[in-house]
Amino acid sequence: MPQPMLTWSSFAPAIAEIYLAIAVCVVLMVEVFAGEKRRGLTGTLTLLVLVVGAALLLAYGRVSARVTLFDGMFVADELGFVLKLAGFLFLAVALLYSRAYMEVRGILRGEYYVLALTALLGIFVLVSANSLLTVYIGVELLALSVYAIIAFDRDNPVAAESAMKYFVLSAIASGSLLYGMSMVYGLTGTLELDRLAVDLHGPLSPGVVLGLAFIVVAVAFKLGAVPFHMWLPDVYQGAPTSVTLLVSSVPQVAYFSLVIRLLAYGLNGATPEWTQMLAPLAVLTLILGNVVAIVQTNLKRMLAYSTIGNVGFIVLGFVAGTAEGYSASLYYTLVYVVMVLGSFGVILLASRKGFEADQLDDYKGLYARDPLLALVMLSLMFSTAGVPPFVGFWAKLRIFQALWSSHHPYLLVVAAAMSVVGAFYYLRVVKLMYFDAPASAASAAAPERGTAARVALALNALAVFVLGVLPGPLLSLCERLIR
Amino acid sequence: MQGLHLLSVLIWLPVASGILVLLLGDRSIVLGRWVALAASLATLVLSFPLLAHFDSSTAAFQFIERARWISAFHADYYLGVDGISLPLIVLTALMTIPVVIAGWRVIQNRPAQYYAAFLIMEGLMIGVFAALDSLLFYFFWEAMLIPMFLIIGIWGGPRRVYATIKFFLYTFLGSVFMLVALIYLYVKAGNYEIASFQALPLTLTEQRWIFLAFLLAFAVKVPMWPVHTWLPDAHVEAPTGGSVILAAIMLKMGGYGFLRFSLPIAPDASRQLYLLIVALSLIAVIYIGFVAIVQSDMKKLIAYSSISHMGFVTLGAFVVYAIVISTGTVQGGTMGMEGAMAQMISHGLVSGALFLCVGVLYDRVHSREITAYGGVVSTMPKFATLMVIFALANSGVPITSGFVGEFLVILASFRASFWYALLAALTLILGAAYTLWLVKRVIFGPVANDNVAKLEDLNGREFLILGALAVAVLAMGIWPYPLINLMGATVHHLVTQAVATKLPL
Repeated sequence: MPQPMLTWSSFAPAIAEIYLAIAVCVVLMVEVFAGEKRRGLTGTLTLLVLVVGAALLLAYGRVSARVTLFDGMFVADELGFVLKLAGFLFLAVALLYSRAYMEVRGILRGEYYVLALTALLGIFVLVSANSLLTVYIGVELLALSVYAIIAFDRDNPVAAESAMKYFVLSAIASGSLLYGMSMVYGLTGTLELDRLAVDLHGPLSPGVVLGLAFIVVAVAFKLGAVPFHMWLPDVYQGAPTSVTLLVSSVPQVAYFSLVIRLLAYGLNGATPEWTQMLAPLAVLTLILGNVVAIVQTNLKRMLAYSTIGNVGFIVLGFVAGTAEGYSASLYYTLVYVVMVLGSFGVILLASRKGFEADQLDDYKGLYARDPLLALVMLSLMFSTAGVPPFVGFWAKLRIFQALWSSHHPYLLVVAAAMSVVGAFYYLRVVKLMYFDAPASAASAAAPERGTAARVALALNALAVFVLGVLPGPLLSLCERLIR
Repeated sequence: MQGLHLLSVLIWLPVASGILVLLLGDRSIVLGRWVALAASLATLVLSFPLLAHFDSSTAAFQFIERARWISAFHADYYLGVDGISLPLIVLTALMTIPVVIAGWRVIQNRPAQYYAAFLIMEGLMIGVFAALDSLLFYFFWEAMLIPMFLIIGIWGGPRRVYATIKFFLYTFLGSVFMLVALIYLYVKAGNYEIASFQALPLTLTEQRWIFLAFLLAFAVKVPMWPVHTWLPDAHVEAPTGGSVILAAIMLKMGGYGFLRFSLPIAPDASRQLYLLIVALSLIAVIYIGFVAIVQSDMKKLIAYSSISHMGFVTLGAFVVYAIVISTGTVQGGTMGMEGAMAQMISHGLVSGALFLCVGVLYDRVHSREITAYGGVVSTMPKFATLMVIFALANSGVPITSGFVGEFLVILASFRASFWYALLAALTLILGAAYTLWLVKRVIFGPVANDNVAKLEDLNGREFLILGALAVAVLAMGIWPYPLINLMGATVHHLVTQAVATKLPL
């Protein structure tokens, strides 16, 4: 392959990553010199960084065809472009929601923003990964940022505990990933996903299958699939809600890319093997997530199990093993992030100084004291339950379709039954908000106003509705991105 | 008429007005009420051109609107009506008006949301009947659950939360399996159009599964014995308006589903499993009829009577197979299906009216117990007259609408088997027993207590809606020809589809 001439413009496909790496340094410096007094500055600057980043990406990062850079370690394609754009958007929304919450609690520190940006950089690296090494770098960059971000409220022992849990378990998963990769590398002699995609085809040697098993374990851990889900409820519940929001939303994009780049593209030749490994995990995940969510009394923990249940749906799309299935998973992931942002956004806005609105009972009679918040939560809950006219319905439908066309009727029936079970606990939230009287005086007080976040939240719910009534464009986009 | 997008207007006008009322909020509820009334009246008026310009000589869909909706699924925004959906659409538009008027003074808690929920429901229900693309159908079918869930849960009685969650989960469970069947058909047919599903050749095994999946969804909605248990709970707890819409319109969706989906898409399976449906229908007619007799709660009694009457709908729809098997011809099958349709329309009017009557009493005395009343006729003569008319219609007395459907279905059953007809005809006794005994205990007799003695007769608003419904009930009973004629061609076509085989020869 002839080496093309390197010019500045040939780095354009990687503009988002390069820009973000510089921006992280700038934000860090500003934080250091702005000092304690001007707390809000870093937050505003970070939002600006994200907006500029999205603009730069739109202006220069657009690629018409698949391009590889840096000796094939890095890939830029339309899928990556869209996912990065989504990453900028989702992170901006997450930061917008969490600001008032952290200000009130005195935990609004610059580190939060810096770590959020490095996590985003990790996500981008993963999105553009085209080699086993790049995949690993992306995974680790993201994971390290997330450990730190969970623990960054250092006076909070529960948060520290959940960070520790996550760190230990996640380190094992990273080890497993690396171990699996080393076996695949040893037996195929290449790190490049492009080469692997061509060279690896069945029947596979037992060594590769074993390596694959280790990789699948690591992937399942990152996604939070049963039985590697233990960390997820503890982290979601233990971390400050603003951090839960961050951890539960944007990284989903990365985990999707992890599967799509590593398994679906690089290890394409082993599709029958890894789909077979994922299928039982998907079923367990669906059942456990949805059933255990029913008995939760803490909304954050309930949403954690709901995440597990929804991950089950996303994994089912991969299990289909077809382009239709992958695009279903992509659609589900994007839609799910939009919904989860809104749900945790509501928890953030319903909380006040000295009062965490994280128990389900705190939502009793929410309608009476904050109709907007209740209506937003209503839309999000019905959407996550998969009831039209909200967008969550189409996400589930897309997965169901992919399962039928790839001949997995039993998985489809399990998924359908579990979506009914899931409906129950989402309905319970609606019931608490609309049908019950407020429980305590503390939760009956009027909410504090965070106007920008409220507007964003209303738009979030509106998006869930509009995408539900007119799902065509996003569905077509997802179909086009996965050829 | 094609260029006016009349069906779209019928769907989206109520939805948009509902959102408008919601935005106006509780503070400007006086305006909101008038907006709601105007919107529901306008919807009814706009449904008249459909009746006037409908060509009843053909079974083809009319007033068609079609545009690409979701290209990834090859799904269209595809609307149209034929002889079985048009009467149901008009019924929907008609029955929303009494609901709006009935809530006028009674609903004081969050009134804006109350009207918004009913208007949005109206649009979605019309959407269900007008959709010719199954994905669009499912979209409306499911979306409708949300307002109903809120209506029962917010404005319902003491056990409203239990009732509404049960209602939601029952129907959601049923419809999810319908969705699975629709996706299967989509994967085979390549699009979601109902007509292409109907034309799709399917093996008997496939048809059987599809039939059972549809059965789950529609049987819950009708509701058929033994999946009827959500209905008494939902009816008892729902506010008057909720009960009216539930009984008058939502139950009809199950019957409509059988006629639109089960029979034409899985005719061979229907033929094979017709006995199941006939048996379940007869159980509903007789057993639930007995259950209705012993109820002490007026709303529960009417709820059980609804289940019993809906048994006639499913019996009428499936008796055609019994006729074909026993006589070898389809003669009489049309009659059964026309009876099923007539029964749906009549039951929509009568059960809606009866729930409104109970609402009138409940607003005054705040009790639904039969024993709390007695001798109402002496204090409320106007009310008593109207209620007796509806009660007679409910027991299927000639010259009321209730007679038409039941008579046609019993006649059709006679062609199939004497025993079916005999069992079905028991309803004339049972229906009379539970309804007239209810009337005897509530309306007649000596004045039971002080509450009854202090009752005021109907005010103008109540008299207007109940009177109008009584006129409709009598008109349909005396001269059912226009209705039967309207659906004649469609029903004939449907019978042909239902007895044709889809199996490869």
